[in-house]
Amino acid sequence: MPWPGDIGSALLAPERPVPSGIDRPERFAVYRNNVVVGLIEALAAAYPATKALVGERFFNAMAGVHVRAEPPTSPVLILYGAGFAAFIEGFAPARRLPFLADVARLERLWLEAFHGAEAAPVPLDALARLPEAALAEACLALHPTAGLLASRHPVAALWAADTGRDTRDAVDLGRAETVLVLRPHDRVELHLLEPGEAAFVAALRAGRPLGAAAEAALAVAPGFRFAAALGRIFAVGAVTAISIRQGCSSHDR
Amino acid sequence: MRTTIPPAAGLGLKAQHYHEIQTTRPAVGWFEVHPENYMGEGGPPHRHLAAIRRDYPLSLHGVGLSIGGDGPLDDAHLGRLQALVERYEPGLVSEHLAWSTHEGVFFNDLLPLPYTAATLARVAAHIDHVQDVLGRRILLENPSSYLAFAASTMSETAFLAELVRRTGCGLLLDVNNVFVSAANLGFGPEDYIADFPLHAVREIHLGGHGREVDGLLIDAHDRAVADPVWALFRHVLDLVGPLPSLVEWDNDVPEWPVLFAEARAAQALLDEAMAMDPRHALAG
Repeated sequence: MPWPGDIGSALLAPERPVPSGIDRPERFAVYRNNVVVGLIEALAAAYPATKALVGERFFNAMAGVHVRAEPPTSPVLILYGAGFAAFIEGFAPARRLPFLADVARLERLWLEAFHGAEAAPVPLDALARLPEAALAEACLALHPTAGLLASRHPVAALWAADTGRDTRDAVDLGRAETVLVLRPHDRVELHLLEPGEAAFVAALRAGRPLGAAAEAALAVAPGFRFAAALGRIFAVGAVTAISIRQGCSSHDR
Repeated sequence: MRTTIPPAAGLGLKAQHYHEIQTTRPAVGWFEVHPENYMGEGGPPHRHLAAIRRDYPLSLHGVGLSIGGDGPLDDAHLGRLQALVERYEPGLVSEHLAWSTHEGVFFNDLLPLPYTAATLARVAAHIDHVQDVLGRRILLENPSSYLAFAASTMSETAFLAELVRRTGCGLLLDVNNVFVSAANLGFGPEDYIADFPLHAVREIHLGGHGREVDGLLIDAHDRAVADPVWALFRHVLDLVGPLPSLVEWDNDVPEWPVLFAEARAAQALLDEAMAMDPRHALAG
């Protein structure tokens, strides 16, 4: 009997015949529908702004294609959809909205931060305990929920508008935005970074010590202000540990 | 410490109601969650569940182990379940007589299996494995069905009875599933109950179902419990006495007062069963 292999392959492929060996073949459609609708709903829950941007019908059609191409491989459905943004990038009918994939990337970072590990941020004055000469060699551990998205589009503004967090109606589509996503306590927060700050955070995430991270920031933004940037990343709760050792470890996820 | 689930009405815990429950502490006997929704590393779901667990007994009702599948169990998933069992110390842990994963793809549905000697041996081995890893007895829930397999050689009730005998697992009797399957497959729900290994039942589920234009019933958990399902629940209580009884409402989740009213309705029938049950009357 072709159970369960034939059922598995037919569930996500409407063009395949209904598996043999079942007494009410017309009822197989119930399972097909449950599976696809349930997975589309899982994507809709994870990508509300993406859905708002394209509308329910387009979203469901696009998500349905993705669900069949990349069904989940884990029962932890709250984290399903890691490949959705990359899929959108290559999905021809979505090309008229060039920012759509980045909005989905931002939503994915939001979701990963929401469900990410807990860690307590440390305050800036923890740095004051370091000997001054050691500052350049200090490594900052960024919060485990911290995610960074550099977009050519105003991705955070679109996200805020389409999730109802920002009700102003004009979004300047020509603006680029780099966003730090973070859940230091119980709420996920988004912070727009200036180019120098973005390079600074990216270097810290890559495991560079403070001095080298500051040089990386100055290289892209000559006006980069080290003390202000440092104060800001501590103020938003992005730092969870400070250490001095040979080499820092990378936080890139 | 593990808190026993009382023979009272419980509710499926939904994120929409976290705040209401924590601020008003309503008189609900216990809550049940799908552990898969708490398998992130951290975040608000864990914060809310931990707070609610401090005030209420908790049951974990898995939907992702694929115990009825033909492949080996996903040990990573079982490990995540074990971690939740250790963290939240639930009074009951249950899963479904169904499969959801095949060759690495998770279908996110409770899919049916044929009832044969071969599937019986495999499901029993899966239950043994889960009970070994968790170090405790689990409950297995009867499925809702839309079709049956020509290859089946035994009834669902006989299959469940044999699983109980072989593994020592308990059963979760979902009376809405009985009603849905009976209508869809053409048998009498009370006949099914009469054949069910009631001695092993440790929990009852109630839920709402939808009706398609062709009369097919869908186990949708998207509305109030139907009158004939309440009647079937009462019939089961007559036979088994009061047991932990849960109302599931997972889709189109209503405002808290509507869900709470469902729990009150279940509790009224449990109170009636408690008063009528000579075992409890004798115990005083």
